[in-house]
Amino acid sequence: MENFEFINAIVLLSNFVIVPALSYGSQLALATLSLTIIYGVLRFSNFAQADWMSFGTMATILFTWLFQSIGITAGILPTALLALPFAIIVTALFCLLIDRSVYSFYRKQKSQPIVLMIVSVGVMFILQAVVRFIIGPNDRKFFDGEKYIVHALDFKNYFGLEEGLTIKSTQLITVIVALVAMISLFYFLQKTKLGKSMRAYSNNEDLALLSGINPEKIVIVTWIISSILITTAGVLYGLDKSFKPFTYFNLLLPMFAAAIVGGIGSPIGAVIGGYVIAFSEITLTYAYKKFFVYLLPENLEPSGLMQVLSTDYKFAISFIILVIVLIVRPTGIVRGKII
Amino acid sequence: MSKFLSCTNMTGGYGGEDIIHACDIEVDKNQIVVIVGPNGAGKSTAMKAMLGMISLKEGILMLDGSDISKLTPQDRVAAGIAFVPQTMNIFSELTVEENLEMGAFLREDNVQETIEELYNLFPAMKDKRNQLAGELSGGQRQQVAVSRALMTRPKVLMLDEPTAGVSPIVMKEIFERIITIKNSGVAIVIVEQNAKQALNIADFGYVLVGGENKFSGEGQELLNNQEVRKSFLGG
Amino acid sequence: MNEELRAPVAFTVMAILLAIVGFTQSWSVSLSVINLCIISSIMAIGVNLQWGYGGLFNAGVMGFTALGGLTAVLVSHDPIYEAWDKAGIGIVISAIIFVLTVTALLFVFRNIENKQIRNTLIILIIVFGLIGINNFYGPSIDIIESINPAKTGFLGGLGLPIIFSWLIAAVVAGLVAWVIGKITLRLRSDYLAIATLGISEIVIAVVKHEDWLSRGVKNVSGLDRPVPYEIELQQSEWFLNLVERINFSKLEAMQSLSSRQDLLNDLVIDSSGIFVKLCYAGLFFSFLLLIFYLSQLALNSPWGRMLRAIRDNEEAASAMGKNIFAQHLQIFIIGSAIIGIAGAMLTTLDGQFTPGSYRPLRFTFIIWLMVIIGGSGNNLGSIFGGFFIWFIWIEAEPLSIGFMNMLAGGLEYDNPLRMHLLGSAAHLRLFIMGLLLLLALRFMPRGVIPEKIQKK
Repeated sequence: MENFEFINAIVLLSNFVIVPALSYGSQLALATLSLTIIYGVLRFSNFAQADWMSFGTMATILFTWLFQSIGITAGILPTALLALPFAIIVTALFCLLIDRSVYSFYRKQKSQPIVLMIVSVGVMFILQAVVRFIIGPNDRKFFDGEKYIVHALDFKNYFGLEEGLTIKSTQLITVIVALVAMISLFYFLQKTKLGKSMRAYSNNEDLALLSGINPEKIVIVTWIISSILITTAGVLYGLDKSFKPFTYFNLLLPMFAAAIVGGIGSPIGAVIGGYVIAFSEITLTYAYKKFFVYLLPENLEPSGLMQVLSTDYKFAISFIILVIVLIVRPTGIVRGKII
Repeated sequence: MSKFLSCTNMTGGYGGEDIIHACDIEVDKNQIVVIVGPNGAGKSTAMKAMLGMISLKEGILMLDGSDISKLTPQDRVAAGIAFVPQTMNIFSELTVEENLEMGAFLREDNVQETIEELYNLFPAMKDKRNQLAGELSGGQRQQVAVSRALMTRPKVLMLDEPTAGVSPIVMKEIFERIITIKNSGVAIVIVEQNAKQALNIADFGYVLVGGENKFSGEGQELLNNQEVRKSFLGG
Repeated sequence: MNEELRAPVAFTVMAILLAIVGFTQSWSVSLSVINLCIISSIMAIGVNLQWGYGGLFNAGVMGFTALGGLTAVLVSHDPIYEAWDKAGIGIVISAIIFVLTVTALLFVFRNIENKQIRNTLIILIIVFGLIGINNFYGPSIDIIESINPAKTGFLGGLGLPIIFSWLIAAVVAGLVAWVIGKITLRLRSDYLAIATLGISEIVIAVVKHEDWLSRGVKNVSGLDRPVPYEIELQQSEWFLNLVERINFSKLEAMQSLSSRQDLLNDLVIDSSGIFVKLCYAGLFFSFLLLIFYLSQLALNSPWGRMLRAIRDNEEAASAMGKNIFAQHLQIFIIGSAIIGIAGAMLTTLDGQFTPGSYRPLRFTFIIWLMVIIGGSGNNLGSIFGGFFIWFIWIEAEPLSIGFMNMLAGGLEYDNPLRMHLLGSAAHLRLFIMGLLLLLALRFMPRGVIPEKIQKK
């Protein structure tokens, strides 16, 4: 009996903390990677990045609708996965158009990073308008296919436990896709000539020029990679929850927090930061009462909710961590670029 | 017959007042040319002018018979001029081997052979090939910096104070390697603070003062010149 | 155009635009816009001091605005004695524990060298602090929030006239800015932006969710006013006489006594609204002038010159032994205090405090737009930017609808495309804001009224 209590507690924790945090963390890690790569190569904090996420997701939704209307689906998988590559192309092209028409001017002027950051605020407003104009400001669900991999009820019956474990297919898809994306990115950066030249350019721009590395090519590749990552992150998030421009916009803050906590400019740091923020948000706002009820003998059972912070503060948590990191270790967990 | 690289009448600066005035520098294959002079004499500026990193008001630069005066720094790299800056001359966050590969970025052929050659030239690098360049000692960083520049198989190698901040033993070693590189057929231009040691290995030397050619001549000749000794070499 | 002429021309154009609204829409609308324009201008001056003169990117504007609003509530609302009686002591005790915890943390952080001991102590202090606070805090807020929750359910305020809150807001915002500045001002400029944005997010989260303090999203309404109420005016003799005298000819033209009385009634109701708004405008405008005057005075003093010297060349200033951090901290505090004042004014004007309406990202950047379009480093420019951008923000909606109607001109009434276009008109103003910012940065980076180049 004692043992069952323990297993119940673990299942409970997996269901409400570990599985959701893993999938949210993967989404955040991908998004943060795109932010940090822009920062590392183009050297500015891109405030428009969350709205690129909206844009990419919107493009995916439009392609999904198109495919569904002509009867193409992906079977048990969501159709959005088929639409994703097309959406990435559209997003990347739009990114490059904005780069040509807006950012490149300031790059040539060798403007301060802060100026580019303010410019990105302008781009942010325009993207918000474009997304809301095309698809509207409302909540959209675009998930289709098989919804659950493990259902709580089946799990309970099968194992004879009190607690059930639910794993949504979107959660598994998120983790797999994110892993594939991260591994490919790290392979690209570490093993290919282009990837190495990107790192070289990020590390020492002048010397990269002296080695004959073409900066314009690096810039283009950077935007393309950023589009791939941010669109994928947005689609995974939208499949898992839903798509709403304002919600996506609000993800900008956890993204920045994750980037700085991990060490801005460092891809590994971005991944670590993404998971750190996701896990903190969920573990600090989860009410552990039931968990302890399972674990502790009856006379020691807690009376309160056993919650560190109310869920109202979910968004604030990333910033509390950010502030602590800024005070204690301003370079982030993995030593980032420069501060 | 003019030299392999000849820069004549270079005049210009960073946009404000001119820093170099009608400055001439020439170098031939299998030759080491050293530029010395007091602080602020325009030594580095002259080198940057040769690399195209500042725009000159006047001056003609000829490389192997063709005019390179209008080329961008990158095109000059492609034309066969390699440069080792004084500071920030390595990719500190890349491994030693990646530094070399980046040096060869413009080359399409197999670069592994050149990498092996350089490992033979600087054996210490070979053991550290997979370490981050930023973690190496000062002398080893300098080796990486020079090797990165050599990866393009340049015809002209320019070094801006390659021995700044290294110990006398390392300095000696670096100069020895530079002679080895010279003997492989490369034209070498060095800007140096350590004038005595540099002139010792130089085939030809220029003394710049106030942005102008003050003296020039063979290395030993300059070393023996009373006036040069008094003003720059400390007697 | 000659730079000397730019300011008068810009303000004339602005006056004409507001007059057009007055004539075509109504003077009441025009005055509403003006009042918010003035408040925006004050915020813009605050941001301009930090950015234009200090080179500091403060993205926490909305946080300070919310603090100002909260101060307005806490100063002007009547105290809820019942709540204080039953649970005030618990809140006070938890506040004391909080202060003690923070002090202890700071002490440990500064004085204990050994890392292991330090970290253990920090964790212990945090754990005990949390337990202590939770012991008193949780039960107390439950009691407070249960007292007449539909109307109060919070501690209330001091019951002072709301106008005092403007000054107190400056102090509160300044104090918070001091803490934030201590943490963030040593960071690079773009880190500073993200950090201030995050901290303002935390401030707003607190205001939104700590119901015992601010009633949270249940809002506090019916705040005290510094100007008369319309209904009082409508009943006072002198106001009736005033309206009658101003509209004498109109009233004379009326034939019957009853229609004359009806017209007078309408006029009195309209005029009372306008009169109230005029009172606000006068009050706000005199504050704007005062803040503008004081800012100019400060910036033309040796202190202001030093500030600009630091902004233009931080390294040189540092080499000359100037304490850059202290200077930055001072300007950060002053700028934030001004934003706090504007926040209190905003809540005063609304007569209510609505934490849900503080949207950090969006409105913060609109204030920024004001500073950049107006001309960074020029307070007059910020005032113009405040008026101009707020005007555009308000008027963009009717204009967008008009524009969309024009686009959809040839379409059937229930054509889906037409419906979509009209439904999306509201988003056009985001587009206009973004475009304005990009165009200004590209083609007029110094703004409409540029900073005067100081003679050496």
